[in-house]
Amino acid sequence: MPNLKTKVPFKGTPEQESKLLGIIESHKGKRGATMPVLQQAQDIYGYLPEEVQITVAEGLGLSLSEVYGVVSFYSQFTVNPKGEHVVSVCMGTACYVKGAASILERVERKIGCEAGSITADGRFSVDATRCIGACGLAPVITVGSDVYGRLVPDEVDGILGKYTDK
Amino acid sequence: METIKLTINGKEVEAPKGSTILEAARLTGINIPTLCYLKRINAIGACRICVVEVKGARTNVAACAYPAAEGMVVETNTASLIKARRNTLELILSNHRMDCLTCLRNRSCELQKLAADFGIQHIRYDTDKTEPEIEDSSLHLVRDNSKCILCRRCVAVCKYNQAVAVIGPNDRGYQTHISCAFDRNLDESPCVSCGQCTAVCPTAALNEKDDTEKVWKALGDPAKHVVVGVAPSIRVTIGECFGEPVGTNAEGRMVAALNRLGFDRVFDINHTADLTVMEEGVEFIKRLETNDRLPLITSCSPAWIRFAEMYYTDFIPNMSSCKSPQQMFGAVIKTFYAKERGIDPKDIVTVSIMPCTAKKFEIHRENEQAVDGLPDIDIAITTRELSRMISRAGIMFGELDGEQFDDIASTAGLIFGTTGGVMEAALRTVAEIVDKKPLENVEFTEVRGVAGIKEAVYKIGGRDVRVACASGLTNVKRLLDSIRAGEKQYDFIEVMACPGGCINGGGQPVQPSSVRNNIDLREERAKAIYNMDSGAELRKSHENPLIKRMYDEYFGEPGGEKAHHALHTTYKRQTKYKLD
Ligand code: SF4
Ligand code: SF4
Ligand code: SF4
Ligand code: FES
Repeated sequence: MPNLKTKVPFKGTPEQESKLLGIIESHKGKRGATMPVLQQAQDIYGYLPEEVQITVAEGLGLSLSEVYGVVSFYSQFTVNPKGEHVVSVCMGTACYVKGAASILERVERKIGCEAGSITADGRFSVDATRCIGACGLAPVITVGSDVYGRLVPDEVDGILGKYTDK
Repeated sequence: METIKLTINGKEVEAPKGSTILEAARLTGINIPTLCYLKRINAIGACRICVVEVKGARTNVAACAYPAAEGMVVETNTASLIKARRNTLELILSNHRMDCLTCLRNRSCELQKLAADFGIQHIRYDTDKTEPEIEDSSLHLVRDNSKCILCRRCVAVCKYNQAVAVIGPNDRGYQTHISCAFDRNLDESPCVSCGQCTAVCPTAALNEKDDTEKVWKALGDPAKHVVVGVAPSIRVTIGECFGEPVGTNAEGRMVAALNRLGFDRVFDINHTADLTVMEEGVEFIKRLETNDRLPLITSCSPAWIRFAEMYYTDFIPNMSSCKSPQQMFGAVIKTFYAKERGIDPKDIVTVSIMPCTAKKFEIHRENEQAVDGLPDIDIAITTRELSRMISRAGIMFGELDGEQFDDIASTAGLIFGTTGGVMEAALRTVAEIVDKKPLENVEFTEVRGVAGIKEAVYKIGGRDVRVACASGLTNVKRLLDSIRAGEKQYDFIEVMACPGGCINGGGQPVQPSSVRNNIDLREERAKAIYNMDSGAELRKSHENPLIKRMYDEYFGEPGGEKAHHALHTTYKRQTKYKLD
């Protein structure tokens, strides 16, 4: 899934930064430092924006491109924060067969951002996920902890409307 | 040399220990095809076009990476290997936008050659590469990933040779593509514009930005006086574009070709390299006398300037304030020459022929305008672009009779084209000025050769002068780090951003891996330069009568006020990251 560059401004705190610098310091010069540092950086910030990746790169003596190469390779990393409402569209095989692609398209259109990204106001983020294990309900989307199954594309606007109007 | 014996295609061969199968096969007259492998640059065994059979091995092995061993039995051309290679090629081509006829690399493309060699006439797979994927944000190069075969030579050269690693593989699987961090454009990355990536790409995925249209336009405008200057190294590389052996000196024919193209004057930038020696020599002597900001570091290489301005800002005070020979050439033409010829500098177009893509960026730098409002150089084109102009004009390069430049230059200026040359040229002049007597031997051989870092100590003016030359930014980084760490001290350092110097610049003729894996381009090209130097009469910049006249009639003293205004520049810290 493409990790689209976030539109939400970076709001890191000095506490977060000093924690990250501490982690970098303790891994510096060691082999294979990049993965653990990035994992812990993501734990601190919830995602890996460019600002954080620059700190990691400068700290470990890597180029930003090398760091980004790792981040974009592994699906466990994300360069987008989560929105207030996280909309996940299951793209597992069962959902896919039952038309998840057109559900996703409707979700993206309604919310106004692509899968893997967040709206500029930070209220919604959209993910296209692997199988969430609710194959009996295919196709499925979740909004936060709410689950909606056996969807047809026309229902999408109505469901999301409940959250947009809140 | 220790050797091993092995059998390749039934023929016994003795190869140096440590050879790969690829190298051993070459000794039997077999060229195993390669795509990703490039000697001294990339050995990742990724493309599998070079597969061979080794008796006893479970699977086919990659000849580019697999070491040849005593008693090994190798087959390189069985029917099943050829089938495997064809299949690999078809898969690569299925993800390739094939428009060879309108492609800049038509006839110089390694992929195209392989497809022809293997007789591939149709592809069994559907391709979805139908649209160009152009990224042309920077001044010096254009990327088109619809032509990229993911060999990663560019990534390797950018990281291992140039130490900046601004491009790399992003995403994974089918989505993998080469780009900058966050898929930003190259002009938002800390790329130093060296163009090394364009010189190693086997296909048309990376090319210099083509500025030849601007040159044709200037040549066609009767109101313009179009002057061309040629960098030192071009004469020993341009022949390669016309199929001549690496290391051919084509100076006279190159000048003739430029005359045929219709330039009003054809000048040798070696003479402004001489001028650089004068200015930088005086600067060095002054700094040495007062122990001021040593080591002095040369500033002819614009990719190095960019590297210093972004990565090694603490060395900015050490850099010579001299403009590069290219920029001094433009400055001289628009001041001294314009005055002498009575031409308004506004009506002059200065074109430079350069080994280097960073020169396209350098002409836009701040403080590179000897005449206010006019760039010193209007258009900078590479060796490759010039060769295309020559071909387009129907000029039979191989059949031309040699002609002479419209100016005079020493071969001290000529050796600027190779690593160690700027240092040697400067030492020839500095030593004679300081010691006030002619040198017994003008050759400073310690600073010659392709080694990434070279050091020497010379007695000048009764003191030891410690010099070093570094080429390839990875070597430059090593050298500067050792100075930062207090491990090394020098008085004078020559830096060239490209490994081996300008003769191996990013704008030089592209040679396929079949050539690059077997000869060192840097050595062959440098040899041609030193041969010209050793046979020449005028080998010292300060003896060049044209330079003397320039100072007498226009610039005054080397390092003086008028010279300083026209021939020197400034540097400043640049940000590496462009966050918006
Ligand atoms: S890059 Fe090579 S194979 Fe591809 S279109 Fe150009 S010439 Fe043809
Ligand atoms: S021009 Fe040089 S620095 Fe820029 S991407 Fe190419 S190799 Fe790297
Ligand atoms: S751009 Fe050229 S050198 Fe780089 S990976 Fe693609 S084909 Fe190879
Ligand atoms: S794997 Fe040997 S050339 Fe690519």
